[in-house]
Amino acid sequence: MNRTLRIVLATLIGIAPSHVPVKAEEVMIAVAANFIDASREIAPLFEQATGHRTRISYGSTGKLYSQIEHGAPFELFLAADTQRPIKAEEEGLAVPGSRFVYAKGRLVLWSVKPGLFNNAERFLKEGAFDHLALANPKTAPYGLAAHQVMNRLGVLDGLTPKLVRGESIAQTFQFVATGNAEAGFVALAQIKEWAGEAGTLWEIPPHYYAPIDQAAVLLKKGEANPAAIAYLAFLRSDTAREVIERYGYGVE
Amino acid sequence: MTFDWQPVWLTLKLAGTTTLLLLILGTPIAWWLARTHAWYKQALSAVVALPLVLPPTVLGFYLLIMLAPDGPVGRLTQSLGIGTLPFTFEGLVFASMLYSLPFVVQPLQNAFEALGPRPAEVAATLRASPWDRFMTVVIPLARPGFLTASVLAFAHTVGEFGVVLMIGGNIPGETRVLSVAIYDYVETLEYDQAHLLAAGMLAFSFLVLMTLYLVNGRISRSHQP
Repeated sequence: MNRTLRIVLATLIGIAPSHVPVKAEEVMIAVAANFIDASREIAPLFEQATGHRTRISYGSTGKLYSQIEHGAPFELFLAADTQRPIKAEEEGLAVPGSRFVYAKGRLVLWSVKPGLFNNAERFLKEGAFDHLALANPKTAPYGLAAHQVMNRLGVLDGLTPKLVRGESIAQTFQFVATGNAEAGFVALAQIKEWAGEAGTLWEIPPHYYAPIDQAAVLLKKGEANPAAIAYLAFLRSDTAREVIERYGYGVE
Repeated sequence: MTFDWQPVWLTLKLAGTTTLLLLILGTPIAWWLARTHAWYKQALSAVVALPLVLPPTVLGFYLLIMLAPDGPVGRLTQSLGIGTLPFTFEGLVFASMLYSLPFVVQPLQNAFEALGPRPAEVAATLRASPWDRFMTVVIPLARPGFLTASVLAFAHTVGEFGVVLMIGGNIPGETRVLSVAIYDYVETLEYDQAHLLAAGMLAFSFLVLMTLYLVNGRISRSHQP
């Protein structure tokens, strides 16, 4: 055996395990795409506070739910609605009684072009643009809320040929941020993290769409994992709530 | 259950348009690659083959940046008065042509190389013009290459997913092709529709490939002495 290999083996066998604290566990979390930035900020705070580690997967709420239904190894589900966590409970995929609303989402109409509109409602009614982005209403709660806003304003039918659907709110944001769509319905939280031009923003009045109550739930796979239970508790802590509010969400 | 045929027609239209345009574009490239001894031949071959090895996301990412209103290609298309390409059928054709280019160029190049310069030279001694030589001698002799190229380009475009997902925007009748529709149905747990389309794709792909092998087998047998 050559020397390098021996050193590598010795490292793997002898040293690596001693780096892992005895009680630290890892939790696998499925996080709705609108909460990407906030969850990235919360993760190190959680890891510092508890010593546990996180592994996070992102996607639209609908896509994550379908993965969970098919045995994905997620232990926590941070959805962008309440409906799918409830469904997970009903289907026996989640632990009953563990569900709570960790954030109330805010929908905005946004464009990277500064001064694209003064009156957003008139902008939507006139429809003088080629593409308007939203998340797929079937899988993404923010897309559903966008539908409700357009319905309320009576512009949905007229704008339908111009709608481009992102498969999650993250792709929708990217369509707008690259300028490929002139404007789009995205989450306020995404704007908070955006480092580019401020562009044009309309914070849509909350009564224009059904509340986006984002619920978290403990999945059956995480029932026995102390890290999963600790994360849910941490999500309700003042530290986490401060981060969540800073991203423009409401908290209960 | 009502079956939505729109993604099927749209996909066939996209694959058909792409294949036709690629044959027009790919033939001269393949001919040149088969004949040239230029020092940059290998570099060009590598560029043509790139879509074979790149993840579709690389292509999708660069297309989004380049085709955007303030991207280099986006500026050009706007100044030509055709607007921007993402989220349009034309944009998908453009992306598909890049994506399927090696599937046309490589079989054609192989066919041209296998042919060698001899048939065209013989035709030249009979005073056939270069264009005449190419159309009446080279193309008929390279028929298996053209068949393979057409079938592969068509089938590969039908099977395209990643690039379309990134620059398509999932617009019914415009960019919502089969693969995206299936993805959508699976995500929304509409498995009946997903099964129909997916099984259809499976059968279609098998039939296409089997036909190709059968026909090419027959042609090469008929050419054996």
